[in-house]
Amino acid sequence: MSPVLDNIDLFVDGFLTSLEIILWALAGTLPLGVLIAACRVSPIPPLRAFGTFWVTTFRNTPLTVVLVFCAFGLPELGINRSFFFFGVLGLVLYTSAFVCEAVRSGINSVPAGQAEAARSIGLNFTQGLRYVVLPQALRTVVPPLGSVVIAMMKNSAVVGAFGVGGDLWSTGQRLTSALGYETFPIFVGGVAVGYLIITLTAGALLQVLERRVAIAR
Amino acid sequence: MSFRRGALAATMTATALVLAACGGSGDDTAAPEPEVAEAPEFEAGTTMAELAEAGTIRVGTKFDQPGFGLENLEGEVEGFDVEIAKIIAGGLGIAPEDIEWVQTPSAVREEVLEGDEVDMVVATYTINDTRKERISFAGPYYTAGQQIMVAADNDEITGPESFTDNPDATVCSVTGSTPAEQITEYLASPDQLVLFDEYSQCADSLSNGQVDAVTTDNVILLGFVSESDGEFKLVGEQFTEEPYGIGIPKGDVAFCEFIHETLRENEDAYTEAWEATAGQVEGTETPELPEFDECA
Repeated sequence: MSPVLDNIDLFVDGFLTSLEIILWALAGTLPLGVLIAACRVSPIPPLRAFGTFWVTTFRNTPLTVVLVFCAFGLPELGINRSFFFFGVLGLVLYTSAFVCEAVRSGINSVPAGQAEAARSIGLNFTQGLRYVVLPQALRTVVPPLGSVVIAMMKNSAVVGAFGVGGDLWSTGQRLTSALGYETFPIFVGGVAVGYLIITLTAGALLQVLERRVAIAR
Repeated sequence: MSFRRGALAATMTATALVLAACGGSGDDTAAPEPEVAEAPEFEAGTTMAELAEAGTIRVGTKFDQPGFGLENLEGEVEGFDVEIAKIIAGGLGIAPEDIEWVQTPSAVREEVLEGDEVDMVVATYTINDTRKERISFAGPYYTAGQQIMVAADNDEITGPESFTDNPDATVCSVTGSTPAEQITEYLASPDQLVLFDEYSQCADSLSNGQVDAVTTDNVILLGFVSESDGEFKLVGEQFTEEPYGIGIPKGDVAFCEFIHETLRENEDAYTEAWEATAGQVEGTETPELPEFDECA
């Protein structure tokens, strides 16, 4: 454990950078995923087609390819932002496809009668979705959405390799290859523990959330 | 529409580097055949005796480092490190075709030695004290130096100190490399350092304006500059000394001394090896074999 304790400040910095990537990505991908899901179930064909296109594109492209596109492709088009921005953007785009599909499965689980009832009391599509269908749908999607979110937290390690640096994974790389520490204690004792702190906490929060929103049916 | 041609240029740079490093530009550049000793005698029980007896040696080198160790399209590795290993193998009576090459990226160089997966590592391996705790070094056989590469029209960055003076300037290097560590002491903020897995990605980012500079050992940068068609230039002096050593299992003094003797006896082959490989890049100087460190 001592290689980890000797470099605890590096690990704390790495942990905070990883956490920052994750929180920004969460803030972007959850609303975006719900929006794309709304497109996919909307009555307007072009919106449905757009939603399907989005999901097909980002769900079937490896995360590294999306990140290469963001970090190297966008600058070629004259868009210059920080690598942190590009990394978070790539993670948001990629994960939004999975969030969308989880949310859509929830929407489909709400009986059609609910949407019809909403229509019959004079709500339009957006209002019906917002006030009647989504609140019921989101309850059922907490477990699958939780898996998507935790997968995204682990995927944040890939972002570190695209110019961001200083996250947990890159910190491990730096300690083992530039500073010559042994791989096993650094990655098991430091990097893995860091990610576990994030993912286990998220898992616990999801449990609480699941109980909080549960309804007797 | 102002699509930049950076990506294309970088790809071409990489390809050209590969070609340059392969020494494939003419007959006069064919890699020299090192001398292979005939049935050399070694004291029983030494590493040399075991290797000479086995008739083969496992060498860890990089497969992706232009000029030093690069796998060509035929699947053979070529470069200065590769030639150095051939000279040493020759001293053991092992012919180049009997060497087993093991791909050894920076991150695993200590591990392959400790795990007895290779007999020695020749892989742009900078000698330092942390590494010496786990393995031993023979050499140095070459001293590289870190430098800075910028876009040709950049007059603001003139050396490593420019990063201290201008906290907005960013510099790219490779994750887990010694140059990435050494530039940090010149940085005003850690955010100035951008890290990738490969130098070609750094060159790409320099070309499309995502970073202001790239830093690593001069030889690697010169490769990019000479193939960039005037897009990149080097600025400032070399500001570090990176002695490249040959990694061997910890404490094998006899093997270390044998490597020193073999290299010293083959200084001509050393010069030829350089000129046929890393020396192909425009702007490099042919080095003298440096003074060796004490074997320990």
